[in-house]
Amino acid sequence: MPKNNAIKKVLVIGSGPIVIGQAAEFDYAGTQACRSLKEEGLEVVLLNSNPATIMTDKDIADHVYIEPLTVEVVEQLILKEKPDSVLPTLGGQAALNLAMELEENGFLKEQGVALIGTTSETIRKAEDRLEFKTTMEKIGEPCAASLVVESVEEGVRFAEEIGYPVVLRPAYTLGGSGGGIAQTREKLMEILENGLRLSRVGQVLVERCIAGWKEIEYEVMRDGKGNCITVCNMENIDPVGVHTGDSIVVAPSQTLGDKEYQMLRTSALNIISELNITGGCNVQYALHPETFEYCVIEVNPRVSRSSALASKATGYPIAKVAAKIALGYTLDEIKNAVTKKTYASFEPMLDYCVVKIPRLPFDKFISAKRTLTTQMKATGEVMSICDNFEGALMKAIRSLEQHVDSLMSYDFSHLDEEELLEELAVVDDTRLWKIAEAVRRGISYEAIHRITKIDLWFIDKIAVLVEMEQKLESSQLDKELLGEAKRLEFPDGVIARLSGKTEGQIRDMRRRWGITAAYRMVDTCAAEFAAETPYYYSVFGSENEAVVTDAGYGNEDETAEALSVCYKKDDPAKVPAISGSEQDTGVTAVSGEDKENTDMERKKKVLVLGSGPIRIGQGIEFDFCSVHCTWAFSKEGYETIIVNNNPETVSTDFDIADKLYFEPLTPEDVGHIVDLEEPDGAVVQFGGQTAIKLTESLMKMGVPILGTSAENVDAAEDRELFDEILEKCGIPRPSGGTVFTAGEAKEVANRLGYPVLVRPSYVLGGQGMQIAINDRDVEEFMGIINRIAQDHPILVDKYLQGKEIEVDAVCDGEDILIPGIMEHIERAGIHSGDSISVYPAKSISEKTKRTIEDYTRKLAQSLHVIGLINIQFIVCGEQVYVIEVNPRSSRTVPYISKVTGIPIVPLATKVIIGRKLRDLGYTPGLQPEADYFAVKMPVFSFEKIRGADISLGPEMKSTGECLGIARTFDEALYKAFLGAGIRLPKYKNMILTVREEDKEEAVEIGQRFQKIGYRIFATKGTADALKRGGVKANMVRKIEQESPNLMDLILGHKIDLVIDTPQQGADRARDGFVIRRNAIETGVNVLTAIDTAKALITSLENTDIRKLTLVDIAEI
Amino acid sequence: MKAFLILEDGTVFTGTSIGSPRDMVSEIVFNTSMTGYLEVLTDPSYAGQAVVMTYPLIGNYGITPDMESDRAWPDGYIVREISRMPSNFRCQGSLPDFLCRQDIPGIAGIDTRSLTKRLREKGTMNGMITTNENYDLHEILPELKRYQIGDPVSEATCKEQYVLPGDGPKVALLDFGAKKNIARSLNQRGCEVRVYPAHTPAEEIIAANPDGIMLSNGPGNPETNVSIIEEIRKLYDTDIPIFAICLGHQLMALAKGGKTYKLKYGHRGGNHPVKDLETGRVYISSQNHGYAVDAASMDPSVAREAFVNVNDGTNEGFAYEGKKIFTVQFHPEACPGPQDTGYLFDRFLEMMKGA
Repeated sequence: MPKNNAIKKVLVIGSGPIVIGQAAEFDYAGTQACRSLKEEGLEVVLLNSNPATIMTDKDIADHVYIEPLTVEVVEQLILKEKPDSVLPTLGGQAALNLAMELEENGFLKEQGVALIGTTSETIRKAEDRLEFKTTMEKIGEPCAASLVVESVEEGVRFAEEIGYPVVLRPAYTLGGSGGGIAQTREKLMEILENGLRLSRVGQVLVERCIAGWKEIEYEVMRDGKGNCITVCNMENIDPVGVHTGDSIVVAPSQTLGDKEYQMLRTSALNIISELNITGGCNVQYALHPETFEYCVIEVNPRVSRSSALASKATGYPIAKVAAKIALGYTLDEIKNAVTKKTYASFEPMLDYCVVKIPRLPFDKFISAKRTLTTQMKATGEVMSICDNFEGALMKAIRSLEQHVDSLMSYDFSHLDEEELLEELAVVDDTRLWKIAEAVRRGISYEAIHRITKIDLWFIDKIAVLVEMEQKLESSQLDKELLGEAKRLEFPDGVIARLSGKTEGQIRDMRRRWGITAAYRMVDTCAAEFAAETPYYYSVFGSENEAVVTDAGYGNEDETAEALSVCYKKDDPAKVPAISGSEQDTGVTAVSGEDKENTDMERKKKVLVLGSGPIRIGQGIEFDFCSVHCTWAFSKEGYETIIVNNNPETVSTDFDIADKLYFEPLTPEDVGHIVDLEEPDGAVVQFGGQTAIKLTESLMKMGVPILGTSAENVDAAEDRELFDEILEKCGIPRPSGGTVFTAGEAKEVANRLGYPVLVRPSYVLGGQGMQIAINDRDVEEFMGIINRIAQDHPILVDKYLQGKEIEVDAVCDGEDILIPGIMEHIERAGIHSGDSISVYPAKSISEKTKRTIEDYTRKLAQSLHVIGLINIQFIVCGEQVYVIEVNPRSSRTVPYISKVTGIPIVPLATKVIIGRKLRDLGYTPGLQPEADYFAVKMPVFSFEKIRGADISLGPEMKSTGECLGIARTFDEALYKAFLGAGIRLPKYKNMILTVREEDKEEAVEIGQRFQKIGYRIFATKGTADALKRGGVKANMVRKIEQESPNLMDLILGHKIDLVIDTPQQGADRARDGFVIRRNAIETGVNVLTAIDTAKALITSLENTDIRKLTLVDIAEI
Repeated sequence: MKAFLILEDGTVFTGTSIGSPRDMVSEIVFNTSMTGYLEVLTDPSYAGQAVVMTYPLIGNYGITPDMESDRAWPDGYIVREISRMPSNFRCQGSLPDFLCRQDIPGIAGIDTRSLTKRLREKGTMNGMITTNENYDLHEILPELKRYQIGDPVSEATCKEQYVLPGDGPKVALLDFGAKKNIARSLNQRGCEVRVYPAHTPAEEIIAANPDGIMLSNGPGNPETNVSIIEEIRKLYDTDIPIFAICLGHQLMALAKGGKTYKLKYGHRGGNHPVKDLETGRVYISSQNHGYAVDAASMDPSVAREAFVNVNDGTNEGFAYEGKKIFTVQFHPEACPGPQDTGYLFDRFLEMMKGA
């Protein structure tokens, strides 16, 4: 079926801010889809409130709107841009829900706008629990016994009929919010009550518990003609009971026979056909481990996290193909972009094994429960590829960047057997390590399986790794053993530890014995066809396929030719053998002549290091930077090589760089690539802390660091060096000192006077940073920081409460360019990533701005910055202090690029390769302010993480961000709040409870909320203060007092907003914790900083949701 | 024990011996299925060939009852890694034990991707698996070049006819090395299936008055089956509906003036898209063939091309003009592979009912 020519202008809806359950995968999908639509000559209008995404770039779409994802906004946008179609299947649940509302309210029909890629009927059939069940019954696809309930009583009745345990799934929520497994009536009532509230339609599915069954997923594609294929199937190592987003997943399935595989495949095709889906779809199954019985768990009628994973695992570009299908193409008309020989109607075949491990945020939320349930908690994930499962698992483990490099990284040896068995039953992020410990103790596979329900095959694979640990410890390390350990992807460091050697010795042994990593291609077809896409993964003991451009052979055919020549001409007895254990990379013979020729034409080669898994503090922004840097290098004539391990991102799409190595970002793994590619340089300043951490190792490998040198990166982190620079430049900073022990820290703190900031150096996202108000706090924080051995000293600084200001600048070694100055709404003390950031800064004087410009220039010059620098200042009156300097890209770069229209990353890239700002057409210095206000609002996922403290402080907690952009500050602020999901007013009831020092400001806030019609509830202290200030406050009892109290009010669901500002210092974790947690879990908005509350009331006073003006970023 | 795979171009892969330690010489072909290794091993179409599995982890679920015939057929078996711990609720034993019992020599631990690429670039090659470390390439290479598949159909077909009872249409299944699931697919649809040895005279089959005739898959070069082709021509001349799969499809084409040719490296796997030219629908099919019919060689007044391979445009099926005969190159009986084209058996049933 040819393209539908009626489609000329398409509105693509993105997924909004990154939250748990809806992350970077939708930037990847949306970006791929937009490029695919533009390739077809269509005009693309893009809507997404998330400014950190690549999809919201003007290179990606023709019209870009970074506006809140609400029905009102989409309606206004449709009226303004007049698209003929809306494509909602690439923006996750957020986009799908919006499309549903627009279809249901008749707006699309009214405006003659078509929904493409899906129909509302399809969405309803897949998403509405009851319709889904009816549809499945109709085609004979089994679902677990279940009932959709709309009240707690109904749920209890049904659960008692089918028996506990039961699983609860609220309809239309992200990442399974509010779901869970209930073993008892009490638990059922608790989860159900919450779930009913969180569901958009007030429905929760109560179903038979199939926990312990195998969890299998299929990714299916279908076109408008009814052709369907499966892209990939995946098996969760963690059986049903853990959300697939939190499970360790392997692709393809490993323990299914062809019977089971095909049974489920056929079922998936039946389902996608019955739902009449045109595009991609994900079907999740529970398969009984001892029969052929199965249940359909869920269908996602859209591109999902799993489809991003399947795309990266197979090389099949699901989003791209889905977009083409939406335009009317059929699968057999769409070329397979990887092989360029086959078509999209071909099912990928893997000749390797893929492992995905979730990145869980428990390092940020120390108080949170680590148990994994049906509610997703992971912020990101890593993927790895190898030709054996053990190797893929080992690579994935070290890709996590959580101080883990093997199955020995979490120590459970102190537990006795009984305790260990008990621990095994706890499903958390360390279960893999507990199983390894159980295997080490000789606990039988069956016993482990009985407790964990994990398939014996996987347990055996863990055992293979444990056996290798033991062999390395006890046997002589010979060539064969080392080769096998490397085949299983043991890092050199681990082998060294086990065998009592140094890492250097292991490396030397490997080199001597020729044990090197070879790279194989992900080609979608198990080598059946020659592929052209340079997407590689490493394998030890294999033939290398990565064609290195300067090695003198241009393509694969020549390689094959060269091989046959050298095999034939020699005496047959000397024919080189290719073997599993012995290394043979094939071609070595390269004539000098060829080498010379290629050298002359040879492009310079640059290694771009990605940022690894998405985690709090290091999000999608760094992928934005890495991708733009890659594109910029490409435009400048460089050959680009990306190394990354995150399957959700744009940077790991196969057509972003000239070459993609899907590998862990450790010195050793990157070293193997460097050995092969011998790049002319590496860029580390765009890949966040992950890339920065590799700087030293890259230099040791002899790879030049492009841009700011490593010594200067160090100078910014090294307290003494940095103080020298500041002194030389005459720039003040809050006084402080460096310490290693708690004793030293207390000494410094007392010298400075409390409060003080305590933090480790070399961290991102303020990890471990705390405000201490007394010696006890210092002791506690030092204890936490020192739990992980610190290579660098800990910093103790005087805490200044002023305005926090941030700039990003590009420096070419002489001149600097500051696109704009950003101001934080919350005063210093709250992590910059968790603060509302306003551009242009509106409450500092012109003189202060000049001071900031001057300091920035001086710092950039003194640190010899070539490329990007990010500086944070504190302004107290007219006094400007520097608090942090990062000679690298930052979280704010994407947003400030977009609102100022200055392409910061491409500019920095050009500067890195030696161009000058003046020659690039820019006037150095602080750039004129834009005509718009832009407000970046942090977005949190607190409701997903049980037990996490939501109060803000110096340690970052937000998972994503959204942007409000408008001509006036108030409207921009309002849009930002709206984008973050704070939709007020509903009931016009609020709770105000503040700490002593905020009481005065609370009165003002109370007055203003009262004026716009809010009823204010407050606990005694706050209520008294409010009353004194003339605010009608209703006093409520504290939660420790008898009912009815504050908690009843919150649980009564009539509250719009809780403003609760906790005490500073360690005690804040305890103060009001229960109130804040319960409010969040009940879906009530909670603000913990007085400044945020002020900003909110300002935006509410001045703006009306119906009168927003929409700004096309592409025109800035 | 070490084992060596020696290809006719002189390439040697060193790995570990699995299965029988004896030497074997055969034609080396690769299969890209990720599951279904047991069905592959017991598919009689592999008689005279040694199979490389491109998926690296083989034997994960052990030996289950999913056998497509009573024994293993390939001359040799080549894998990257063979599982030491099979796990499945129907598992009755391990793959290494099965290979030993069936006396199939094999090799594990070699770079199967490198091998596959070599077969893809140079075309299907002959090769040897040996455990003799002192092999002499001077002697072996000429021997490898000489190897030719003999008369594998005679070896793979059943020796005597047998019946699967059913109340529905009576189907005569000509067994050229049939996978069990062909008969099973018909039988499950109610057919009484009488399975005949490959060399049964046409007259005998016609005399039994079947409602339809099924020509099965099978091994080897179709052109060598001269006498069978003769008999098929006679079957064509009757009005009995005929459905043919794989080798059966090729033999019918040869019987009616078509030509077959050897593909460079064949189609073996479970992911090949075939297009039904009548409806334009595309189905993912299970395939296992080294030869194909040259569609251009068929007189269009005799047969029109009904299915084509989306990837390489090779012929995947014919509908015979004025006849109740349709034939496909791929495997609607699946096992292993996708079940998407199973509807063709229903079409055959419709045809028989309409007869």
